[in-house]
Amino acid sequence: MTDVLNALVLITNFVIVPATAYGAQLALGALGVTLIFGILRFANFAHGELMAFGAMVTILCTWLLQSMGVGIAPLPTALLALPFGILAAIAMALVTDRAVYRFYRVKRAAPIILAIVSVGVMFVMAGLIRFIIGPNDQSFADGARFLIRAGEFKQMTGLNEGLAIKQSQLLTVVIAVVVVVALFWFLQKTRSGKAMRAYSDNEDLALLSGIDPARVVMITWIIAATLATIAGVLYGLDKTFKPFIYMQLLLPVFAAAIVGGVGQPVGAILGGFVIAFSEVTITYAYKKFITYLAPESWAPEGLVQLLSTDYKFAVSFIILVAVLLIRPTGIIRGKVI
Amino acid sequence: MKFLSALNMSGGYGGADIIHDCDITVEKGEIAVVVGPNGAGKSTAMKAVFGMLDLHQGTVVLDGEDITGLAPQQRVAIGMGFVPQNHNVFVSLTVQENLEMGAYICDYDIGENLEQVFDLFPILKEKRDQPAGELSGGQRQQVAVGRALMTKPKLLMLDEPTAGVSPIVMDELFDRILEIARTGIAILMVEQNARQALEIADHGFVLVQGCNRFTDTGQALLADPEVRRSFLGG
Repeated sequence: MTDVLNALVLITNFVIVPATAYGAQLALGALGVTLIFGILRFANFAHGELMAFGAMVTILCTWLLQSMGVGIAPLPTALLALPFGILAAIAMALVTDRAVYRFYRVKRAAPIILAIVSVGVMFVMAGLIRFIIGPNDQSFADGARFLIRAGEFKQMTGLNEGLAIKQSQLLTVVIAVVVVVALFWFLQKTRSGKAMRAYSDNEDLALLSGIDPARVVMITWIIAATLATIAGVLYGLDKTFKPFIYMQLLLPVFAAAIVGGVGQPVGAILGGFVIAFSEVTITYAYKKFITYLAPESWAPEGLVQLLSTDYKFAVSFIILVAVLLIRPTGIIRGKVI
Repeated sequence: MKFLSALNMSGGYGGADIIHDCDITVEKGEIAVVVGPNGAGKSTAMKAVFGMLDLHQGTVVLDGEDITGLAPQQRVAIGMGFVPQNHNVFVSLTVQENLEMGAYICDYDIGENLEQVFDLFPILKEKRDQPAGELSGGQRQQVAVGRALMTKPKLLMLDEPTAGVSPIVMDELFDRILEIARTGIAILMVEQNARQALEIADHGFVLVQGCNRFTDTGQALLADPEVRRSFLGG
């Protein structure tokens, strides 16, 4: 019996808790990608950099606040700095739209052209970020690190395995839930939200109804930049902030959006968790888990790890390819890219 | 001068002209129908009246006001409603949301407008919370017409409202359109089902190759042997 409990705690500690937090971060990122695709009708490859940009400004503000001795311990100071990061990311998104995307939108350029344009934007933004904060790891997390420590948990329960829950993980889930509820309320209940859905559904009819496309596009960027910054900061708090990592995040974020069904907000959330749980479960070494559950003689010799963690991005790739081959519309029937 | 007078219109989609010196007029409370063979420029003429086409000749006057230069959205604001032939509902939005979006430009309480549309199309009230994409073809057309009526237009334009619906549904839609006209709204529509459309029309415009061929009352056109032979199948 204790062995089963130990196994459960083990899997919760190393798979369920981290994958849930990671899934929530991916979901927030994928929501932004899916909204941009639904409204502006292109795959925005610069979304990862927008996450990094928002997170970077948040970090700079966090440092400033820390140096002034302002904090909200035990919560991380970054939460206090988050609104500034969001504002900066919104400004960045709107300026980029005005300077770059609008030019192509007015010409009614094909989606593929806009996607390539966004790759250009991605490189410019990446350069800007490295220019400002550098390519290295930056630590900005403060406040209480853990809600439950592994050692304390062991003492409390008397089990061999410990369960650690980081504050950043709980924060991620709580903030993600709040943000998603607010987003869905906005899309379903407000006049502007309905106009966004109408515009996404049928652009010509939306124009005939007098819906102002410029306003819809602006609101979309504001929401996407807000989501991107929140996702970027939560990811940075939970793991680390390194510009290159955010560029890599683009793949799982896109995979999440596509797996869920492009243009479908609910799908983006589902997709985020599908990708996160796949990545973590496939790269986890099950040796100890099996040892707890199986008779001693069955104990495996290897690590029983399906894929090394170095290859975790391959998981997103495989799922992405499989979905595009078998069900290109995604879990919830979305648009086909 | 009639309530809507679109006169001497010539234009196309950038290439060669599709309509030539085309006249379309309609009076308040009347139904005007544009008929003609495929490719005659019926829909193009409609789009020209609604400002979705660059006219290089001709004027569109609504209620004594020259609106030739206005964009489609501005025309909605001054009392024109347009129901396109295809993709005329928001499929992922509920029936009620579709209607609300129709009244997007209204900055007052639209509850009364909504009730009027529900009175006209009772089935929509029943299905108000259902996505429009899940409705039957006839019900969708009702949503499309209802959406255009939400701004209380003075002129309602319908591009083939009965395309793809069964004859029974078609008759019912025509009844509703008559009912709308009786409230004093001017109705301009393009129809494939020329005979049935002319029967309810006060005026008919027969277009051929982008030009007005015959213009008369609906009954007169139905009685005209040449129109019957050429366009109504005898």
